[in-house]
Amino acid sequence: MTQAIGVSPPRVDGLAKVTGAALYVDDLQPTGCLFGRTVRSTVPHARLDAIELDPDFDWSQVTVVTAADIPGKNYVALISEDQPALVPVGGTIRHVEEAVALVAAPTKALAEEARRHVRLVTSALPPVFSLDEAIAAEVKLHGQDNVFKRFEINKGDLAKGFAEAELVVEGTYQTGAQEQMYIEPQGVIGSWEGDTVRVMGSLQCPYYVHKALKGLYGLADEHMIVTQAVTGGGFGGKEEYPSMISIHATLLARKAGAPVKLVYERDEDVAATTKRHPARVHHKLGLMRDGTIVAAEIDVQIDGGAYATLSEVVLSRAILHASGPYRIPHVKIVGRALATNHPPHGAFRGFGAPQTTFAYERQIAKAARALGMDPFAFRRHNMYRLGDVTATGQTLRESVATEEVLSAVEAAHARPGPPLRASGPSIKRGRGLAFYFHGAGFTGSGEERLKGQATLALCRDGRFEVRSSSTDIGQGAQTTFGQIAAMGLEVEPSQVRVAQPSTDLVPDSGPTVASRTCMVVGHVVGQAGVKLRAEVRAYAQAHDLDPEDFAAIAAHSPQELQATVTYRPPPGIVWDDKTYSGDAYPVFGWAACLVEVAVDTDTLEVTVERCIHAVDIGKAIHPRIVQGQIEGGTLQALGWALWESVIYDQGRVLNQRMTNSIIPTAIEAPELEALLVEVPYSHGPHGAKGVGEIPMDGPGAAVANAIEDALGLATDELPLLPETLERLGRAGGAA
Amino acid sequence: MKIELKVNGAVRPVDVSPVARLLDVLREDLGLTGSKEGCGEGECGACTVLIDGRPVNSCLVPAAQAAGHELTTIEGLAGRCGYAKEGATPLQMALVEWGGTQCGICTPGIAVCAQALLSEEPAPSRERIREALAGNLCRCTGYQLIVDAVAAAAEGGQA
Repeated sequence: MTQAIGVSPPRVDGLAKVTGAALYVDDLQPTGCLFGRTVRSTVPHARLDAIELDPDFDWSQVTVVTAADIPGKNYVALISEDQPALVPVGGTIRHVEEAVALVAAPTKALAEEARRHVRLVTSALPPVFSLDEAIAAEVKLHGQDNVFKRFEINKGDLAKGFAEAELVVEGTYQTGAQEQMYIEPQGVIGSWEGDTVRVMGSLQCPYYVHKALKGLYGLADEHMIVTQAVTGGGFGGKEEYPSMISIHATLLARKAGAPVKLVYERDEDVAATTKRHPARVHHKLGLMRDGTIVAAEIDVQIDGGAYATLSEVVLSRAILHASGPYRIPHVKIVGRALATNHPPHGAFRGFGAPQTTFAYERQIAKAARALGMDPFAFRRHNMYRLGDVTATGQTLRESVATEEVLSAVEAAHARPGPPLRASGPSIKRGRGLAFYFHGAGFTGSGEERLKGQATLALCRDGRFEVRSSSTDIGQGAQTTFGQIAAMGLEVEPSQVRVAQPSTDLVPDSGPTVASRTCMVVGHVVGQAGVKLRAEVRAYAQAHDLDPEDFAAIAAHSPQELQATVTYRPPPGIVWDDKTYSGDAYPVFGWAACLVEVAVDTDTLEVTVERCIHAVDIGKAIHPRIVQGQIEGGTLQALGWALWESVIYDQGRVLNQRMTNSIIPTAIEAPELEALLVEVPYSHGPHGAKGVGEIPMDGPGAAVANAIEDALGLATDELPLLPETLERLGRAGGAA
Repeated sequence: MKIELKVNGAVRPVDVSPVARLLDVLREDLGLTGSKEGCGEGECGACTVLIDGRPVNSCLVPAAQAAGHELTTIEGLAGRCGYAKEGATPLQMALVEWGGTQCGICTPGIAVCAQALLSEEPAPSRERIREALAGNLCRCTGYQLIVDAVAAAAEGGQA
């Protein structure tokens, strides 16, 4: 058998994608399929008094759905049940893109025309847009204080720590919303066959949609079938929102008696769907003159938007990463997710960690400079090592790669970089470092509760099939799972295929989020492989069959031979949700990023000349896929730092189009130097840890540190657009 | 209006509205769904096709204007380049091998555009590859492995 792990065979989905044969949801057109459109609010906060259909419009071919058509509970199931699928008449509109009614028609053009002939009658209520307004709570959107969730972490004695400190470094750090900008907009097709509802869509988490449909229709599990189509990118943006679209498409299909395709236009997708939470972090460090950090006090505020959605868990991850990969004896971290009248913010690669990483790595850069210490030496002086205890009291028992990632960056930097791209007398150059960590898998006891499963089966054709609800959204899950399964089964990867995730065929492996697909679900895929191999051998022996002739074994067995394994977290993981202490994550990944910039002082445009990014992923199952994950995440982070802004005006996104909502092209992108560091984890498949999110966390801070180095400005906010740098310069914001 | 489109070497008569976009006619009337719509305003390049060998955003072209010209979509790229039997050009194979495709939604546009570049310039520099692909947005890869793949597929190519 050939080695299946640590090698980079062609992706199993590659050929279909490069030839245009792969079918995405908008490529599917079931017979008689209607086209849906969503009627949205036009005001950020109001009571909905009436929905009026234009009496002069011909509605004969149009299906109209309102909240009155919902047979069960009117909410989109997630953590809370606060977000309605459609705002009912008499209910409250809480953001400007809130869905109020739905239309479907035989053509896209007619559906769009019909949408324009639905009028909403509303009574305005005072809106809340800023964190300060939310905290002031003069307008109450949620409870008495507009706080969706508050968390607190305490370690040591904060007052004692700051009393000891010889130097205090303090700052406030703001980061803007960020659009995922997957190139395939959101979309699903909803349909009914008798009392069974089907959804086929572009989505990350089939069982989230399944749960959302259950709340709405109250159907038995087997009467809801959710299938993932080939998905054109997610990055967190297709974690929760597909539940909303699936509800809408199936409501229309139910009333129209025909399948309904609901695919968003780009401007609608940018305007209405979730984005990275805007955040404000106040961060105070206490230090000794020898460079030792003794205390940290951190206050984290995130703008949750109009509904609770995932903000609680985003906030959790934000605060659990807020003190960084540094040994600090006295720590207090407070986090609040606040309600505003923005469309809900949600999951985006990094999930709260990039916001707090930006703050602490700006602080670390300032502290090193104040102390006159080398950025690498200062970090080494304070970084976690094996056996250290985190802010939540977690002892780091294994796989701490802090030294490895810093050394890797230093070694790479000593080698020549790519040719410089910017030149001229107006160019100033700077260099910035960031150093960080990311907990993989669900926080605390999350994986214990999830009990993710995967099944391996020997199919009739003699090939093996991986069945899990983990979706391939481009990150290569199909290929990686095939490799891991092949190792467990002791067969060639070509003898394994991965089933299309569909809730009628695959078990619930948990959602495709939190850098958990390879590390957690991959782990059970591998275990299921070992288990099934043993069963196949035993069956062959009992029936006198050749143990390698899988087709003969499959044909002989009256029932399909299969093995299902449920994830069990490593022993000794203890987490207390009440005190927010214990083992926050079973293991962390570690990373360091060095960025060199050239700033044109005439135009204040920034060119990234060099970006070296060392990421510890435990073990690269497929090094090429891992490299692609690191590079893709890195460029998204550079984009967040330099070019990508979401401009809100009275709660509405002003830049809704790709023309004005900029993401980097191949020209802005530097030649990326991704370095794979492998310090294995005992409970990951072959040592693998998560890789999806960590590359997003740190490059933003590295860019800001580099620009500060070049210009001497306090670059304490992102994005650092030319106009931002101009404003900071005028404000005389010397660092 | 009735027009004839020459797509991937075959003449295809279609009856379309005068304002119909080429992208919609390809996808909906001719069933060629390999060209994707990411934005509908010529920014993302996922709908790139070749008109007389030059890359064009098919979402910005009225179908009627494309009549009389030779159109190549991702489905016909291998055939046009003489690799019909293999089903994919060496460039397309390089995109798979190098990891230049992840979610894949931008990939048809990237492949079409890069193939046009290699037809004009068999041995482009990395900078030239980046320039040629500047109209094709990819959100997954950071472009590094795409540029590597195109460089590898170029004449005497090494990434």
